[in-house]
Amino acid sequence: MAFTIQFVIDVLSLGGAYALMALGLVIIYGILRLVNFAYGELIMVAGYTLYLTGGSGLPWIVMAVLALAMAVVFGIFTDYAAFRPVRAKSVTAVLITSFAFSNLLQNAALLFISPRPRYVPLPEIFSQTVVIAGAITPVRNLLTIAASIVLLAAVAFLMRKTTLGIAMRAAASNFTMARMLGVPANLIISLAFALSGFLAGVVGILWIGRIGTVVPGIGLEPLLVAFIATVIGGMRSLPGAVIGGFLLAFIDTTLNYTLSQDLLKFRDAFTFGLVILILLWRPDGLIKGPASGQRT
Amino acid sequence: MLDVRDLSVDYGSIRAVRGISFHLAKGELVSLLGANGAGKSTTLKCIAGALKASGGSITLGGVAITASSPEQVVRAGLATVPETRDVFPDLTVAENLMLGAYIHRRDRAGNRDNLERVHTLFPRLAERKHQAAGTLSGGEQQMLVIARALMSRPTVLLLDEPSLGLAPAIVDRIFEMIDTLKRTGLTIFLVEQNVNQALALADRAYVLRLGKIVASGTADEIRSTTDLSAHYLGG
Repeated sequence: MAFTIQFVIDVLSLGGAYALMALGLVIIYGILRLVNFAYGELIMVAGYTLYLTGGSGLPWIVMAVLALAMAVVFGIFTDYAAFRPVRAKSVTAVLITSFAFSNLLQNAALLFISPRPRYVPLPEIFSQTVVIAGAITPVRNLLTIAASIVLLAAVAFLMRKTTLGIAMRAAASNFTMARMLGVPANLIISLAFALSGFLAGVVGILWIGRIGTVVPGIGLEPLLVAFIATVIGGMRSLPGAVIGGFLLAFIDTTLNYTLSQDLLKFRDAFTFGLVILILLWRPDGLIKGPASGQRT
Repeated sequence: MLDVRDLSVDYGSIRAVRGISFHLAKGELVSLLGANGAGKSTTLKCIAGALKASGGSITLGGVAITASSPEQVVRAGLATVPETRDVFPDLTVAENLMLGAYIHRRDRAGNRDNLERVHTLFPRLAERKHQAAGTLSGGEQQMLVIARALMSRPTVLLLDEPSLGLAPAIVDRIFEMIDTLKRTGLTIFLVEQNVNQALALADRAYVLRLGKIVASGTADEIRSTTDLSAHYLGG
């Protein structure tokens, strides 16, 4: 029983974080048909904001809000710096600028802060554990589950019930047609980047809550995870991204529990092997996105 | 109402529309005829703001919209129904219609009245309002895109080949609806390959061939003086 509970909590907390990461990536991809490679750096920005405000004596919650705000600001800034100037040119141009922007931010962190891990202030609650039916569980896992439930519900509400959300879904399905109805293109894109930045900020705080430190390359693993989750789930489907995130977490956790110590080193190989199998079975991902429209 | 002068549009290095001029008076239904590749849809996309003009001017009610974005064009009062019948397939019929009224989204009472009017015109859409637009039949999707365009309360409606790929019986109904819309006083610019049906409705028409206007006049004049089949068969 304790084992089952522990397993379920592990899958849900890891899956919640993965799902949020994937959602942040797919929101941009849905509208612009472009993978934002600078997405991982938004997580880094959130981390360093926590680190830099660490000595300020502010309450932690204020620091966390600042970190989220910085991730949102940098999300929108990504659009202005890397996407907007070349958006009309070619997909290749935007891919390269988003890589360049990602590199620029990472190197700025290397140069101005440090290549070495920096400790990030975290409240007590991140290191506490509780016992649920005999299973020892870190409170931060429960926090992750709660945060992902709240945010997934909030994103679902935004996308289904508000005019702006519906306009974003319409823009994701056919951008030109949405513009012909008066949906302002730039506002929708900025909004998508802001939302993506917000999700990256939340993920950043939760992710760093596991590790306790921030390094310039911290965004790489979440970016990779988010990318794989969206590929499994279907690049253009928001529910697909969420399902992909949880499925990837399920695979990872199962392998963690079942592989022997020697094989655990190769966990990623097993994970990717399974991903390949899933893609052989469903090349477009588990959930097909909206019928294709042209990109802008 | 809509005045197009010396309009030229390039597709890459190819000049698809070469200095055409035409106008629509208030309440008129004017048709633009021509074969595939004559430049009809290019002209329409350019007016809608989806393509940049490389020369000439477009004015709507005296206001220049030549360099306007698609968002600005619809705000200026011109709604476009593209030939690709672009419903948002994953959104419900009601959501599609709601987005049609995006530029009036604060005027809820006005939108409710307008929705009622649109539902009276297209009762089928009221029946299917909670259905995903992608599950509608081709004819119903065509009704939906027209209805959605009407939700923006346009003064001029551009219709690009509304009969394309629809069964003859449904085409008849679509043209009946266009006639009904015309009677409400709406100014309509109808791009069509279906010459006979378009001319039956139109007050005036222009014939486009290889990016140039080769004939214009009232529907009767076009019928009597122009050998349309020659333009369509490329002869």
